[in-house]
Amino acid sequence: MSQKNRGILTWGVLAAVVVAGVLAGRCAPSAPKGRKAPAAASDIAVAAQKTYVAPGDLDEYYLFSSGGHSGQVYVYGVPSMRHLSTIPVYTPYPATGYGFDDESKAMLGNLTWGDAHHPALSETAGDYDGRWLFINDMNGRIARIDLRDFKTKQILGPIPNVSGNHGSSFVTPNTEYALMASRFSIPIPKGSYAPIDKYAEAYRGVLCAIRIDPKSGEMSPAWQILTPPFDWDLGDSGKLASDGWMFWTCYNSERATGKLEVTASQRDRDYIAAVDWKAAEKAVAEGKADTIGGIKVLDPKKVPGIIWLMPCGKSPHGVDVSPDGKYVIGSGKLQGVTTAFNFEKIQTAIRNKDFAGDEEGIPVLKYESIKDAEVPVGLGPLHTQFGPDGWAYTSLFVDSAIAKWKLGTWEVVDKIPVSYSVGHLCAAEGDTVSPDGKYLISLNKLSHGRHLSVGPSQPESSQLIDISEEKMKLLFDAFTEPEPHYAQMIKADKLHPIEVYAKEDNKNPLAIWDVKDAGVTRNGNEVLAKVVLVRSTITPQAIEVQQGDTVKVAITNIEQTTDELHGWGLLDYNINIVCDPGETKVVTFKADKPGVYPYYCTNFCSALHQEMQGYLIVKPRA
Amino acid sequence: MRAILEKSNRLLDEPLDMAPRGLLVLATLCLLGAYLFPLWNLTMFAPQYPDGLRMDIYSYKLDGGNKGQDVKEINVLNHYIGMHDLRADDFTEFKWIPFVVGIMGLLFLRAAVLGKMAHVVDVLVLYVYFGLFSLWSFGYKMYSYGHNLSPTASVRVDPFMPPLFGYKKLANFEVYSYPQAGSYALGLAAVLLAASAFVAWRQVRSARAA
Repeated sequence: MSQKNRGILTWGVLAAVVVAGVLAGRCAPSAPKGRKAPAAASDIAVAAQKTYVAPGDLDEYYLFSSGGHSGQVYVYGVPSMRHLSTIPVYTPYPATGYGFDDESKAMLGNLTWGDAHHPALSETAGDYDGRWLFINDMNGRIARIDLRDFKTKQILGPIPNVSGNHGSSFVTPNTEYALMASRFSIPIPKGSYAPIDKYAEAYRGVLCAIRIDPKSGEMSPAWQILTPPFDWDLGDSGKLASDGWMFWTCYNSERATGKLEVTASQRDRDYIAAVDWKAAEKAVAEGKADTIGGIKVLDPKKVPGIIWLMPCGKSPHGVDVSPDGKYVIGSGKLQGVTTAFNFEKIQTAIRNKDFAGDEEGIPVLKYESIKDAEVPVGLGPLHTQFGPDGWAYTSLFVDSAIAKWKLGTWEVVDKIPVSYSVGHLCAAEGDTVSPDGKYLISLNKLSHGRHLSVGPSQPESSQLIDISEEKMKLLFDAFTEPEPHYAQMIKADKLHPIEVYAKEDNKNPLAIWDVKDAGVTRNGNEVLAKVVLVRSTITPQAIEVQQGDTVKVAITNIEQTTDELHGWGLLDYNINIVCDPGETKVVTFKADKPGVYPYYCTNFCSALHQEMQGYLIVKPRA
Repeated sequence: MRAILEKSNRLLDEPLDMAPRGLLVLATLCLLGAYLFPLWNLTMFAPQYPDGLRMDIYSYKLDGGNKGQDVKEINVLNHYIGMHDLRADDFTEFKWIPFVVGIMGLLFLRAAVLGKMAHVVDVLVLYVYFGLFSLWSFGYKMYSYGHNLSPTASVRVDPFMPPLFGYKKLANFEVYSYPQAGSYALGLAAVLLAASAFVAWRQVRSARAA
C-alpha cells in the first residue's frame, strides 16, 4: 500500500469514527433526560422509618378511600398504608354477608353496583367530627356509613331528576347538607323523552342538596336547582368566610352532544357555579319552588338571587375552597395554571351586578373581577388540598406531579413527580378548616412497572408523600383497591368504634339470647326459624320445612366477645349471612327446592368451628 | 393444774383497757372491706386474650372484667371441657359469708363494750375458725369445678385443681389467683383482734408486776 493510500485510509477510518460518534450521540437515551436521580439510600432509610408501623402498633390516621365502580369504601391505616377493612356500600360483599340479608338487600334495591367517588366525613364547625362518612353513587344515590360500627346505614335514592351523580358528596361545614349534581343532563323528570337534537332546550342539568338530620344522620332530599344542560362535575362547600355557599364545576357549557371531547372543548371557558344555599333554603320555604318528579326544584329564571356562574378555564375538574374559606381554587384541566378566585370579590361583583352576561337567566360574573391569581402549578391541574400555614397542593394529571404552593403569595415552591397520572389527592384533614399537614396521598390512575405484574388488569396506586418539611418526599407506594377517586384522611383518635353490639342495644324484635328460645314455628305456609349462633353450635341443628314454604330465618350471634363473628351459609340457596357479636340478621326465602341442604358457620370462630353446622330439610310437596 | 386454770380464769376475767377496745372497734371497721372490695381475683391470659380474662369474687357476687363479659367468656371456654357454668346462684357462700361477717362485727362490738379478756379470746377463735372455713369452702368449690366435668364434653381433660393462690399454667392459659383488698381487710381484722388480745395481756402483766 502506498503512503498516499495509507493516508486516505487513516482519514477514512477517522471520519467513520466521527460519524459513528455523532450518530451514537443522536440515539434516544434509555431513560428520559429529565428523570430524577434515584433516591439516595439515606432517603430510603428515612422513608422506611416513617412508614414502618411495627407489628402490634397502630397507625396514626384512618384513610377512607373510595372504591369507584367496585361500589365500596376501603379503609387503610396511614402511614403504613395497610388495608384494614372493606366497607361494602353499593355492592354485595359476601365476606360480611352484605346484600344477602333482608335489610341490606332492601337497601341495595335492584342495583348490584354503584360507582362511588367522593367520600365526605361529617363535619362540625368545618372540622371532621368522626360521626359519619357519606359517599356518592353515580346512579343518583348517596350513602351514609356510621363510623361507630363502620357499617352502611342508609342508601338514599336514586334521587329524582339527578342523572349521573358525580359532583357529590362534599358536606357543608356543620353537615347540614350533602351535595349532588347531574353530570349527564337528561329531560326531567327522569323517564321523560326528548330526542338528542333537542339537547340544548329539552335536557336539564340539576344541582341538588340532601338534608342531613343533625342527630341521626338520616338523609332526605331537600331541594334542587334547574340549570342549562351543562355537565356538572365536582363540588365543594364554602366554609368560614364562605360558609353558606356551595360550588360546582361544569364542562360542556357549549351544551354540545356527540363527540364531547371535541364538541365540548370549543369555548375557552366553562363555569364554576356559586350557590347561596341559605337563599335557596329561604326561597323553598317561601314556596317559590316547583315540584318536579316529587322534589322541590328552583328555576333561576323565576327565582333570581340563588346561583351565579364564575368563568373558569375550560373543562375544569375539581373546585376546592381554602381552609379560611376566602379562596375558591379551580382550573381548566388542560391548562398550566390554576386560578384562585377571591370570595370577597365574588360577593362584591354580585352586589354590584358586575356581570358579563347570563346563561338562561343565571348571571355570569367577570373572570377578571373575581380572580386573585393564576398560579403556574404545571400541566393538567385537577384538585387542590391544603396544609397548615396557607400551603396548597395541586395534583397535575398531565405532568404526573404534585405542586406545592402558597395561598396569598401564589408562589410555587416545590414539585414532586408521582407514578403516574394523579387524579385526586388527599392531605391529612386537608379539606377542613384546620388541615394537619404531615401526610399527603396521591391517588394515581396508572401504576405500570411499579409492582409485580398481575396481568393486564393493573392496579391503581396510592402514593404516600411526606409534607411535613419544606420539600415533599415520596414515602411509600400502595396499590389500593379499584378505583380510588377521592379519599378522606382523619386522625385516628377522632374515631371511637364499638367492638361488639351490646345486647341491650339490639332492638331487633326477632333477637333471642338463649339457646332455649331457638326453634321453628309455623303459621300457614310461613315458617319462622329463630337461630342462635354461639361457640360452637348453631341452634336449632335442623330446620324442617315443606317445599314451597316461605322461610324467615332470624339469626342472632349471642356472643359479646370481640372478634367472635359467626356465619350462617346455606348451600345451594345462595344465602350467606354473617353476624357480628350481638347482631341479629334476618333472611327470607322460598324453600322451592326439595331435599336436604346444609348450613354452617362460614366465619372461622373456634377450635370446633367445623362442627358448627346443621341441615335445612325441605320435604317435597305431596 | 388448778393453779394454771385459776390463773387463766383470772386473766380471762380481766377488764380491758381503752387501747384493746379501740383495736376491737378498728377490727370491726375492717370487716366493712368484705362488703366494699373483692375478696379474690382470678386472671387468665392466653395468646388470643392479651388483655386477660378477669374475675373478681366478692363476698356476695361474681364480677367479670369487661362489664361482666369475661365471666361469660370463661363459661364459654369451660363448656368445651364440660365444666359447670360459674353462676352466682351456685355459690351458697354469697349468702352466708356476708351474714357471718355481720355477726362477727356485732360480736367484736360486744367484746369492745363488755370489755373482758374472755370476749376477745372468743371472737378471735371464732373469727379464725370462720376464716379457715371460708378458705376451705372456696378451695373445695374450686376443686369441685375442676373435678366434676361432664363425661360427654367435646374436649376431655384430666380433672384438675385451679390455683387458689399464685400462678398455674392450665392448657394455653396462664392463670393467676390472688386475694384482693376485701381479704386483706379481713386479714387485717384478724391481726387487730390478735393485737387487742396481746396489748390487753401486756397491760395485765405489767399491772401485776407493779
